[in-house]
Amino acid sequence: MMLVQEFLERTAERLPDKVCLVCDGQRLTYAQMEDHANRLANALRKQGLQRGDRAVIWLPNCIENAVAIFAVLKAGGIFVVANQSTKEHKLGYILNNCQALALITSTSHSSFITHLLNQVPSLKTVVLVDTDKTTELPDAYFSYERIQDEFDPTRPPHCNTDLDLACLIYTSGSTGDPKGVMCDHGNVDFASSSIITYLRNIEEDIVIGLLPLSFDYGLYQLLMTFKFGGTLVLERGFTYPAATLKRIEEERVTGLPGVPTIFAVLVQTDLSGYDLSSLRYLSNTAAALPPNHIQKLKQKFPSVVLYSMYGLTETKRTLYLPPEQLEQRPGSVGIAIPGTEVWIEDEEGNRLGPGQTGELIIRGRHVMRGYWGDEVATAKRYRPGPIAGEQVCCSGDLFRMDEEGFFYFVARKDDIIKSRGEKVSPKEVENVLYSLQGVLEAAVIGIPDPVLGQAIKAFIVTDGREISDRDVLAHCRVNLEDFMQPKHVEFCMELPKTESRKIKKTGLN
Amino acid sequence: MNDVTTTIRNYISKNILFSENDYPYSDEDSFIEKGVIDSMNVLELINFIEERFGIKVVDYEIIPENFDSIDKLTAYVGSKL
Repeated sequence: MMLVQEFLERTAERLPDKVCLVCDGQRLTYAQMEDHANRLANALRKQGLQRGDRAVIWLPNCIENAVAIFAVLKAGGIFVVANQSTKEHKLGYILNNCQALALITSTSHSSFITHLLNQVPSLKTVVLVDTDKTTELPDAYFSYERIQDEFDPTRPPHCNTDLDLACLIYTSGSTGDPKGVMCDHGNVDFASSSIITYLRNIEEDIVIGLLPLSFDYGLYQLLMTFKFGGTLVLERGFTYPAATLKRIEEERVTGLPGVPTIFAVLVQTDLSGYDLSSLRYLSNTAAALPPNHIQKLKQKFPSVVLYSMYGLTETKRTLYLPPEQLEQRPGSVGIAIPGTEVWIEDEEGNRLGPGQTGELIIRGRHVMRGYWGDEVATAKRYRPGPIAGEQVCCSGDLFRMDEEGFFYFVARKDDIIKSRGEKVSPKEVENVLYSLQGVLEAAVIGIPDPVLGQAIKAFIVTDGREISDRDVLAHCRVNLEDFMQPKHVEFCMELPKTESRKIKKTGLN
Repeated sequence: MNDVTTTIRNYISKNILFSENDYPYSDEDSFIEKGVIDSMNVLELINFIEERFGIKVVDYEIIPENFDSIDKLTAYVGSKL
């Protein structure tokens, strides 16, 4: 097993002059990345970051974000990447939940950070990116740029083992509060190797990273690329499809990992003006691609292989469909990833055979370690496995299997919404709606949407006050991440209730 | 040209930022850097300028150089009128 920082360190020794990262018009080699990460790691250690301490990174997809991830690991810490569009209240929740010692963020957030330092007692160090090096910063604040000038580029000695945690990945939970999935170094190394194996990644691969590093799918593009010694073209997002296509052409990108929303835009885009012949594979996860989009993608990218995949943050990736099976089984998300095992069982725990529907259970070294500080939620998701001391993961998703052992997603067991490929907890959106003055009752559901997968729809009963849909959307905009914003708002006189007077969502649409 | 700028500014304030106030950034500020728009809002913005100004936005024109600030969008719309 490797420590995750060794993904960078070993490749920097083997291929020091190779470009590892292309971002914002800059090109960084493995040796430069190693140098930058060592300097920041030494600064974090000097500020007291020790083995197992948490550091939160609140930055967009950028070089400094990637440097910070490896720097925290090199210092022996646990990194947590917060989504760039996370709002202040939720960031405060995450920092307190994981008892973060350090925060690495941008100068543009500095006014808010002052306020945050008072709310998060554990927070001792703030590293600001994009600083003017000549400006004096208050106590507890450090300039990323000055750290790069002043600190030693010597690699700190390793101080952790593969059983230590490498990162917490926060994911939406049905209770409304996000939960930090604990991933140890061994988990990340195993999952990365397994995925690299079936994607057949090689050193010559150039992968484009369109998804946020806060999302496990986005993060693993960085980690895996450094592990196999390729190049990552890191983008801020997929806001401007034409710019992305141009980048694929210019950088001769070979791998395009996407979610259905990205592919929904690509199938509608005229690609004739671009040379996309370098592309070797597309991969899709987070939600199933509609069969007509699979057909259109095959027509638009005839020589490219398409991987349909399924996973949850709690095991990183779970299933993949070998591309040669796509024609025969377009609705399947495949088989267990290499080196792992899955099965379907009923509510009594009996294993089910072909054609029967039940919950997907997952076993392997990619089964993560549980939720940070939440034993109750951990016990619901993870349970003891067949051999003493191991855990298996209960996916919470219903599947069926065909006669040849290929799996098909049927439905979720909970009410989590998947929009733009990301999980949205209805409860989290409802909590924000209830904080708007005049909202008496609120219910949030997902409704089918051709681009988003599911769009978020809010039903609201007011206490008689005049509230417009604009008021609701404005309130959500300042309190929720981009992917959690309702697209539809409907005002009702009342909401349907169960016998116990709880809001019943089954009749809403 | 000022009319175009004002129209775009008002549209973004009211329909993307859902603000009752004026556009809170300067006209040269990057939409992406300031978190003004994301990929879904770009599609809304394209629909709006096509309808409002009677122009046709071609896929390859949807790039930051044309769309990533009030100033850039004004210049782009101006070049199509």
